[in-house]
Amino acid sequence: MSKRLDGRKNDELRPINIKLGVVKSAAGSCYLEWGKNTVVATVHGPRPIFPKHLSDSTKAVIDYRYRMAPFSVSERKSPVPGKRDKEISLVSGFALESAIMTEKFPNTVIDINALILSSNAGTRVAALTAASLACVDAGLPMRGILTAVSVGRANGEFLSDLTKEEEDAEDAVDTAIAVLMPQKEITLLQMDGFVNKEDWKKIISMGFIGVDKVYELQKKALLEKYPVNGDINE
Amino acid sequence: MSDILSLINANSVKQTIKQGKRQDNRAFDQIRDLEIKTSVLSSADGSAWVKLGNTEVVAGIKFAIGTPYPDSPDEGSMSLNLELTGISSPDFSTGPPQIDALEYGRVADRAIRSAKCIDFKKLAIVPGEKVLILFIDCVAINADGNLIDATELAALAAIKNAKIPKLNENNELISKEYSDNKIELLNIPISFTFEKIEDKIIIDPTENEEYASDARFSIGLVNDTIVSCQKSKGGVFSEDEIFTMIDLSVKKYKEFSKKIENID
Repeated sequence: MSKRLDGRKNDELRPINIKLGVVKSAAGSCYLEWGKNTVVATVHGPRPIFPKHLSDSTKAVIDYRYRMAPFSVSERKSPVPGKRDKEISLVSGFALESAIMTEKFPNTVIDINALILSSNAGTRVAALTAASLACVDAGLPMRGILTAVSVGRANGEFLSDLTKEEEDAEDAVDTAIAVLMPQKEITLLQMDGFVNKEDWKKIISMGFIGVDKVYELQKKALLEKYPVNGDINE
Repeated sequence: MSDILSLINANSVKQTIKQGKRQDNRAFDQIRDLEIKTSVLSSADGSAWVKLGNTEVVAGIKFAIGTPYPDSPDEGSMSLNLELTGISSPDFSTGPPQIDALEYGRVADRAIRSAKCIDFKKLAIVPGEKVLILFIDCVAINADGNLIDATELAALAAIKNAKIPKLNENNELISKEYSDNKIELLNIPISFTFEKIEDKIIIDPTENEEYASDARFSIGLVNDTIVSCQKSKGGVFSEDEIFTMIDLSVKKYKEFSKKIENID
């Protein structure tokens, strides 16, 4: 018997629905629904960077912006990005940098935007999952696909893909993990909670299992838009 | 640091690391000498001056009266802010808060907050209406790497040092008059930061080592319990590397928690 409010098994993700190429003006884009989260991500560039002193002669600069629409949360959120938005943008941008072959485009910027239209926990991982697909859609050379999931603990149970209600549990451990696939390298790892090492190891393992599931859905969405014969990993 | 200089420094760090050494002759798992002084400022309600090698951070506490958050009406709150101004490094300029300072401050804040080391219920004055807010402002005096850990230690020491102000009959703060109450630290969260350079992992980086590194990982611990973590920068870690860093931090924990225990 499931103890989760929405009846999911502990390691079960909420339904994920992905569509590529939804924004015509962007080089690449992705629309993603993940439970009650809705995200649109776009990629513009590589293009010249201004002001010039921000350029890097060895690689493209990744400018990732994670934003929440004012109506995406229960109480209206100011459209001005807060500290949380800026920090998430920074570390998620680093994660994307590890996936994109930025060294191929020196002195340019790649603008990646992810807008949360509707939220219920796990928005940073939903946004990264979508943004990574938008990069593929834009035809950027990639080392792999970034796949992200949130895992943790609530009410004594180890859970994948926590909801807002579960995140608010007294004993909540909230971990966001992004993995470069298929290499399985950790590119983003943020956590807060109160957990011993053995339990956190279990949580991280759940993260890798969750990431495998999301990766399959990402590949399916890519194949829908870009049908290929044979194994996509090759 | 200007572009070319930082590249040269980064390259020389990488060469040294490849040879299994560090520029300051530390072992890869060796943290610089730590010195913590408290009650260093008379204008603040609590203060600490932390020296971690050449990195120096000052933390000052100011109490203010405010309204509680709707989801925790009977609790006070805290706010941790880090400022990196032009005095501490030629790389920092005055102006709006920089993204690095914001990230370092938030990582330090998360370690303290999720450790639940402060009983915020004790900071309530009139539950639902008036609470004490603990403003922890940290400034870097000299930046030579690992500002996250230095900031976390300075903030924690300043909290331990803080005296709670007296209130008048209207529940307003009386300036410079203190009750006998202090903030009791229920546990001691310690932050440990690592950098990955040329596939080697080092603890407590200097500024030059930070320029040379591909990836950073910070972890907040209470004994052997993990309370927070943050991976940063464009490089990657394997799962094994993450847990190696956790194991090393657990080994180092006692030495640093003792230093916080011993101050007042």
